Amino acid sequence: MALQLTSRDKAMLNGRDGPAVQMAMRILTTMAGVYGAPHLLDVESAHIDGCLYHGPSGLEFAHRLVEGGARVRVPTTLNVGAVDLLHPEHFQGDPEVGRRAQALMEAYQQMGCLPIWTCTPYQASQRPPFGAQIAWAESNAIVFANSVLGARTNRYGDFIDICAALTGRAPASGLHLRENRRGQILYRLVDLPDTLLREDVFYPILGYLIGAHSGTRIPVIEGLPPDTTEDQLKALGAAAASSGAVALFHAVGVTPEAPTADAAFQRRAPEKIVEISPGLVRQTRDRLSTAPDGTIQVVALGSPHFSPAEFSRLLPLIDSHPPRREVEFIVCTNRLALGYLEQRGWLQRLREAGIKVVVDTCVVVTPIVSARTGTLMTNSGKFAHYTPGNIGLDVVFGSLKECVRSAAQGRVWRDTALWQSLASDEPG
Amino acid sequence: MSQDKGVVLNGRVLVPGHGEGQILVLVEPLSLWGGLEPESGEIIDRRHPQSGQNVNGRVLVLPAGRGSSSASSILLEAVRLGTAPSAIVTAEADPILALGAAVAREMYDKAPPVVVLAGEDYGRLQNGYMARVTPEGRVVLLQNP
Repeated sequence: MALQLTSRDKAMLNGRDGPAVQMAMRILTTMAGVYGAPHLLDVESAHIDGCLYHGPSGLEFAHRLVEGGARVRVPTTLNVGAVDLLHPEHFQGDPEVGRRAQALMEAYQQMGCLPIWTCTPYQASQRPPFGAQIAWAESNAIVFANSVLGARTNRYGDFIDICAALTGRAPASGLHLRENRRGQILYRLVDLPDTLLREDVFYPILGYLIGAHSGTRIPVIEGLPPDTTEDQLKALGAAAASSGAVALFHAVGVTPEAPTADAAFQRRAPEKIVEISPGLVRQTRDRLSTAPDGTIQVVALGSPHFSPAEFSRLLPLIDSHPPRREVEFIVCTNRLALGYLEQRGWLQRLREAGIKVVVDTCVVVTPIVSARTGTLMTNSGKFAHYTPGNIGLDVVFGSLKECVRSAAQGRVWRDTALWQSLASDEPG
Repeated sequence: MSQDKGVVLNGRVLVPGHGEGQILVLVEPLSLWGGLEPESGEIIDRRHPQSGQNVNGRVLVLPAGRGSSSASSILLEAVRLGTAPSAIVTAEADPILALGAAVAREMYDKAPPVVVLAGEDYGRLQNGYMARVTPEGRVVLLQNP
């Protein structure tokens, strides 16, 4: 299928707007062919993941763009880098790598991107409206934008994200088009107690389960409470995008493209129906841990970056059960939330409790954790997924309360009341 | 087997180019991020059945990529370091691998061509064959194992 370009597209491709835009347009037209897109479409914002350092070639690419006069054409935000620029002392890696990682972050700023350095641009910057065409990178931001906001992006990543930002264009294909956003697999919650559905800890588990079952297909979840919170949906999406390649989910009665199941499936029948039983939830919870309950060296929270609402739940728990000094306690967040913490005096309370608040980056993309061996505990499905491979530590998954109580005693504490409802496969 | 020499299979070009080498068929998809060490070209995903094999200079045949979009960065880094496959043939179009190759072509003027072969043709590629990939997306079997 021949790609139809507008006269503006052709001008960019011919170098009218300089060599950086020309290179970006060449890459985009190659990718339009890969996606089988008949034309490009306008995007109104971009979110860039390419500012995270993976090696010298990524830095050479960014410098080539800067030298070619690159300036973003649409509002563009930056995802995490490898260095906490406000607290560079947190970086524990090779100083030369740290220097290059910082140079990469600077190069993307020079192109006019907004340095918000967060994987939660949807909680730290202006949100795209329902139906907006956008080009976002970072798997959890993609799934949140598509599912919770109803904006439209494909799974973009390094390189193509900035190409879209520099041209304001993206291939018209995949999730940009309404017909490709229809649900494919129906997940029905069966015999799960209401009390569990109200718990934050349920959502990363559900997401992890659905991601592993769905792969690249679009899940539709039936049975979530209509008042499921934004942070619960964020945790669900992030976990689903870790265990699978989920870029969009629908939750009936909760997310904007799913007022009814029928609407989510665009009046077609599901390709497959999966029942989610207490047994399956328990199995998935157990799969999120790689070590049995025992001593822990680290607690890490905030993937995706912790929101002010999440901090408001953390603080009273810390007050009643302050962490032991031997346990490294890290919370990753963005600068907007950090400002909120400072204003309220919360940051000081966290620091007095020995908690390290990290911004601009997170513990699974760059060396921050000091412990070289042992076990890290988290309430994040995404941290649980990436910790063994990226940090080399074992991981134990638990609720926020379990994480705090475990940090207070240096070994895993379990909330038996919380898990009682999953104790048996027999429906009650 | 001997009649396979000289066979020409027609694929769909994602990223055009020349590439020649010995075929390495991966039995499972591979995520290059966390799965390939760009310094050596070695497959380092310990859960992958072909962990320890080297892709450098090979015509890499795999069903598809897998996982993180950072795989494009790893392919670009491998091209920079001269450890990349000489060509990539997949059964399904993989945008992340194609993107890495497209950027490598811009940056280093060399990149593995990326070609998609339909089911039956894909199945004819076996370990050990020498093969050539042409800019038109043809995969030519040059020599039997």
